[in-house]
Amino acid sequence: MQITVRLFAAYREAVGAATVPLSVPAGTTAAAVWPVLVQLYPQLGGVIVPSTFAVNDDVAAGVRVLEDGDNVALLAPVSGGA
Amino acid sequence: MIALTRDPISVDVVLSAVRDRGAGAIVLFLGVVRDHARGRNVRHLEYEAYDALARKELTRIETEAAARWNVRVAIVHRLGHLEIGDISVAIAASSAHRGEAFEAGRYAIDTLKQTVPIWKKEVWAEGAEWIGQDDPAPARPTVR
Repeated sequence: MQITVRLFAAYREAVGAATVPLSVPAGTTAAAVWPVLVQLYPQLGGVIVPSTFAVNDDVAAGVRVLEDGDNVALLAPVSGGA
Repeated sequence: MIALTRDPISVDVVLSAVRDRGAGAIVLFLGVVRDHARGRNVRHLEYEAYDALARKELTRIETEAAARWNVRVAIVHRLGHLEIGDISVAIAASSAHRGEAFEAGRYAIDTLKQTVPIWKKEVWAEGAEWIGQDDPAPARPTVR
């Protein structure tokens, strides 16, 4: 199935794109997207691993099973505010 | 009222958003870009947000604070390129009495720093780095 991965901040810069289309097997979870991405973009290996996931603009558990067409965001620990 | 903006934050707009005839107190918190972090001289900052989710999380903080302390809360976070001294975030809370407004304002900034998907990039003379959560909310003293 086909999903879209959304990248922000350190991940976006490391990959050089804000979105990455990805083909993954049925049953793939949100958390399982990260190792797939690191294989494709080894430069992500040096970046902090995601602490949170979002599916279709809602926070989702890492064990969330993805569906075809899902939009998955991998979120590094946040640092907004002051 | 919550907002993400690429323009300088107007404190007046933030304060106006929480003004209320029943409010006897307004607490204002401003996060400001400082010139140093972890022993380095900061040249400027870049803030980036996951807009859709950040707006949802900010709204959740606003709603939660309103329900818990009977306050009105406004939160505005700036994105993009910020210079030293620029306001990165403004939070105003109004309530009938000051206690609730202080509590709600503290809750809003502490929760924002933990949960809202916004990231900060520090740019120094020697380089730059996206910062992870380096400033977790300190343990709250027990009020007796």
